[in-house]
This record gives sequence, structure tokens and C-alpha cells, in this order.
Amino acid sequence: MKTFTYTIQDAVGIHARPAGLLAKLAKEFSSTVLLEKGEKSVNVTKLMMLMGMGIKCGDTVTFKIEGDDEEAAAKAIEEFMTANL
Amino acid sequence: MTTFQGKGVYGAIAIGIVSVFKRQDAVVRREHVDDPAAELKRLEDAKAAALAQLAEIYEKALREVGEANAQIFEIHQMMLEDDDYNESISQIIETQAVNAEYAVSVTAQTFAEMFASMDDAYMQARAADVKDISNRLIACLSGADAASDAADGKMIVCADDLAPSETVSLDKERVLAFVTAFGSSNSHTAILARNMNIPAVIRVGEAFLDAIRDGDRLIVDGYTGEVILDPDDVTLAAKTEKQSQDLAKKAMLRELKGKENVTLDGTKVSIFANIGGVDGLGPALANDAGGIGLFRSEFLYLESDTYPTEEQQFAAYRKVLEGMAGKKVIIRTLDIGADKQIDYFKLDKEENPALGFRAIRICLTRPEIFRTQLRALYRASAFGNLGIMFPMITSVSEVQQILAICDSVKEELRSEDIPVGEKVEIGIMIETPAAAVISDRLAPLVDFFSVGTNDLTQYTLACDRQNALLEPFCDTHHEAVLRLIELSAQNAHKHGAWIGICGELAADTTLTEAFLRMGIDELSVSAPFVLPLRGAVRALDLSANA
Repeated sequence: MKTFTYTIQDAVGIHARPAGLLAKLAKEFSSTVLLEKGEKSVNVTKLMMLMGMGIKCGDTVTFKIEGDDEEAAAKAIEEFMTANL
Repeated sequence: MTTFQGKGVYGAIAIGIVSVFKRQDAVVRREHVDDPAAELKRLEDAKAAALAQLAEIYEKALREVGEANAQIFEIHQMMLEDDDYNESISQIIETQAVNAEYAVSVTAQTFAEMFASMDDAYMQARAADVKDISNRLIACLSGADAASDAADGKMIVCADDLAPSETVSLDKERVLAFVTAFGSSNSHTAILARNMNIPAVIRVGEAFLDAIRDGDRLIVDGYTGEVILDPDDVTLAAKTEKQSQDLAKKAMLRELKGKENVTLDGTKVSIFANIGGVDGLGPALANDAGGIGLFRSEFLYLESDTYPTEEQQFAAYRKVLEGMAGKKVIIRTLDIGADKQIDYFKLDKEENPALGFRAIRICLTRPEIFRTQLRALYRASAFGNLGIMFPMITSVSEVQQILAICDSVKEELRSEDIPVGEKVEIGIMIETPAAAVISDRLAPLVDFFSVGTNDLTQYTLACDRQNALLEPFCDTHHEAVLRLIELSAQNAHKHGAWIGICGELAADTTLTEAFLRMGIDELSVSAPFVLPLRGAVRALDLSANA
């Protein structure tokens, strides 16, 4: 399993558009991509639940990625987060 | 005649006939079905149809309002394919043996409530998206068109609220204006109206809907937010006149887009925009600004409950630099004082804040605040063409101190292997008479000057800007102020620096000729003034006798 944390820099947080793009990206991999904030956890391919987390600027989230292509998935998601959020 | 007051979201005027937007809000009934499997199949087909419609709307939006605004319809497609949403619908059909319409309606309610209960206005607005996709799905299930069309001819579309997909689906050729009883200026509908250049007024209230009928005569003023039902002749004539002036002005400005800022005799000047936040970027670009001449960084401090971090500042600066794609962006460091109170700075109340502990004086006294901002600025400089500008300068030693701090910050970043832009211009505001008078000594130290005419006027004429009683004494065209600007321009050029004006006077077209004759290189004005100023520059001929 690959794990990393990320602190949201984008002023509006994980709003509709980046949530959509993130879900789409996660679907390209066979690994399961979980995002945790505090006690709550969500599979990022589930767009509505992801949006429902209400992740804002300054929040720190933890990604847990597990599966055959976890290495590549973790890299792609970390890059996406840095570039967009 | 009845006037309703709402909030204009796109400035333009429309005069026309009401078309009340009819939504086929299918009344969903709960019906028992014998064969849930067949119902699930029906749901799959409807979903496919809804997805196809959304793909089509996405294409239409892409053509009409651009990718950034079209993306919501891609998100809608993804929401419609969301696992939890679909599982909820299927489960209701299977466990309760009910019709798909009912299952969609219940599921929509649940998810919309989840968003509506969030403590975030942006996410609350997403409840409308859930309802929008669900209504489309229900319409596909019952075989109806999702949205009904306006009647023939050009119409003013009036509705309680319009979903983004409804706004885009309307035939733009036939819509004169939008009026909605509810809605928010953050809603996609408001954003789309702005992008489609259609006058729009929102939040006129429920009484409006009760008052109108198809075919009523209506005036929509997107500037004032007025919506006038059955206007009398005087009002109609006045608004017609305002409309034709507005159209003529817009046509003239459109004409000026993409043109150079050059006088008839070939003198060129840069026209930049002043912005007060990242959201000023759109208007600056839309009005064809050649760069950002003044980006006030105060908003970062004013919007926050504590000192904004280096990361937060970096993200904002980077966004503007990238947005301007290589065009010059001049960011002014923190300019606050006792007149712009920020609690966490814990500044003492002052008798005379304009002459008090403010701007660069705070930064040089509390270097930790200053260094954080400079680190963020230099980090962002790798992403565009940055100029850094320092406010409230009165002496050579202040500038020397600033330059020493800048050098140490750059050194620090280099030692951390953080890239810094190759050429970051350093400039100072000329907004105190002192700075103008010693501009010959300041110019060799910097790359540019930018004249803040509001403060320069108040300090030169000893007139408090906030005091309305002083207006007759505060002549903004006072010769003393103009001479100080001219002196600064001469000294800047003598030492190879350039000079701009970013105060209110920059937009005063009665002074444009005087400024160009002084050799001012750049004028920075708020975005709506960029094109009118370009028009004024292009009409000047400096070869005529001075």
C-alpha cells in the first residue's frame, strides 16, 4: 500500500471540477484509492461522496492506495494534486 | 408600471416580451411494479439517453461559452454515472418494487440534502446540480423533453431559477435576457449568462413570478438590477436611449480589442489593469489588458483570520502569473495601516492613520511578515513575468533596506534549491511628495516607478481623502501634483527606469495627453477602463503643437 498526505492549497478546496477530474483519474487504475480526512474516508472514484466530504483549502488529507498498479497510481495522483489543488 | 429590484449579473439592457419558462416538472408518483428487472432495464436506457443529451449539451456549451464553463456538463455526466447514486436508485427499485421515476426522485432528494446541509456555499449550490441531472433522468424515463422551448421570436426568459443545463439548452438566438426569482450570482447560470453576453437579473423575488404572464412587456436593466413590468412611455424612452448608448459603446469597445495602444503620431503606451484579487484576472483578460500594473496583495490578509501562509500567498500569486501567461504582473507588497484594520496585526488606533504606521513601515519594522510575502513572491516568479512594487516609500535608505532583504530572500531560496525567476523587476510607488522630490536618487536603485495618484494628491495638497468637506480643495488636476509626476518621469528616464501611473488619475482621459507628453510608459486602470483609455490614446496626436 502507498500512503501520502497532501494539504489543499486551492482557495475553493476540492470542488466539483477537480473532484470530477480526480475521480476520472482514479478510475484509470485498478488500485483502490482511498482518501481520508479525519475520521472520514471515501473511495475517490465515488464522485458525489468525494464532493460531500467538503474538503477545503488548508485541509490535510491522506491518500491510501492499494492494488497491482499502486506505484503508478500514487505517482499520478500526487502529481494531479500538486498541479490542481 | 411595476418595478422589481433584483441583482444584475451581466450589464446590458433588454426590452421585450416575457416568456415564462415552462419546465415539465414531471409529477412523480410512487407506483408498484411487478417486474423490477424490467424497471432496471428501463432505468439503464434512460440513463444512456440522459448521458447522450448531456454530451450534446457539453458540446454546445463548449462552442458557446468555452471549456471552463462547459466542464460542469462533463461533471454532470460523471455524477449521473456515480456508483452510490446509481446503487441507491437500483436498490429502491429492487427492494420496494417501485417505478424508476420514484426511485430517482427519492435518491435525488437524499443527495441534494447532503449537499444542501454542508456549511459551504459552493457545495450547497451543488444540490441544484443533483436535482438537474435527476430531473433529466426522470424526463428521459417518462419520454418527455427535458426542457421546453421558449415561444417564437425573441423573448425575455423568466423563471424561478434556471439549472445550468436549461440555460445552455435555450436557443441563444431567441433569448433577449434572463430574469430569475431566485438564484445566486455564484450559480453557473449567472456565470453562463455573463459568458453568453445576455443581460440577466437574478433574485427579483417570488412576487415577480405571480405578476407576469406570457406576452407582458418587460424592461431588464442588468446594470441596475431593475426589472420593469409594463413600463410607461417616459421610462420606455429613457431605457431605450440607455440601451442604444450601451450598444454603441460596446460596439466601439469591441472594435478596440486586439488593437495597439498607439497615438496617431506613433507614440506607444502600455495599458495595464489594476486588480484586487485572483478573481480580477478574468475581467483583466476579457478587457485586453496588456498586463497587471497593480495587484493589491491586501486581500490575502483581509480575507484571513491570521497571517496568510507562504503557501497560500504563493498559490495566489502563481495563479495570476500563470493566468497572464508571460505578460507583466506587478504585485504590490502589503499596504495596510490603521485605516484598513486587520485585527491580528494588532495595530494601535492612530489619530492620523494616513500619516501613520502603515505599508512598508510595518514591513520594515516586522520583517518576518515581509520575508514570508517576499519568499512567496520570489517562488511564484518562476511561473511568469513578475514585478514587485513597494508602497509608501519616502527615503533612499528604505529602498536600500528593501533591496538587502530581497537579496537575502533570493539567496535563501537558492540555498534551498527553489527556482526563482531570472528577471524580477523591482519598483517603488511614488505616492509621497518626498519620493517624487528625491526621485533622481531613487531611480538608480530600481527598475520602475509607479505613481499612486490618490495618495500623492492627498499628501501634496494636505487634503484628507475621506473628508467630503475638503472636496473643493482637493483638485486632482492640481499643478503641484502634475509637476511632481513630471519630475519623477524625467528622473526615471534619466536613470534607465520606466514609469507608470496606477492611481485613479490614470483613467482620467482628460489627462492622457499630458501624461504621454511627460513620457509616462504605462497606465494601469481598473479593467472596465482599459478599452475606453485605449480609445482615447488612439485619438491623440502628439505631433500637434504642445
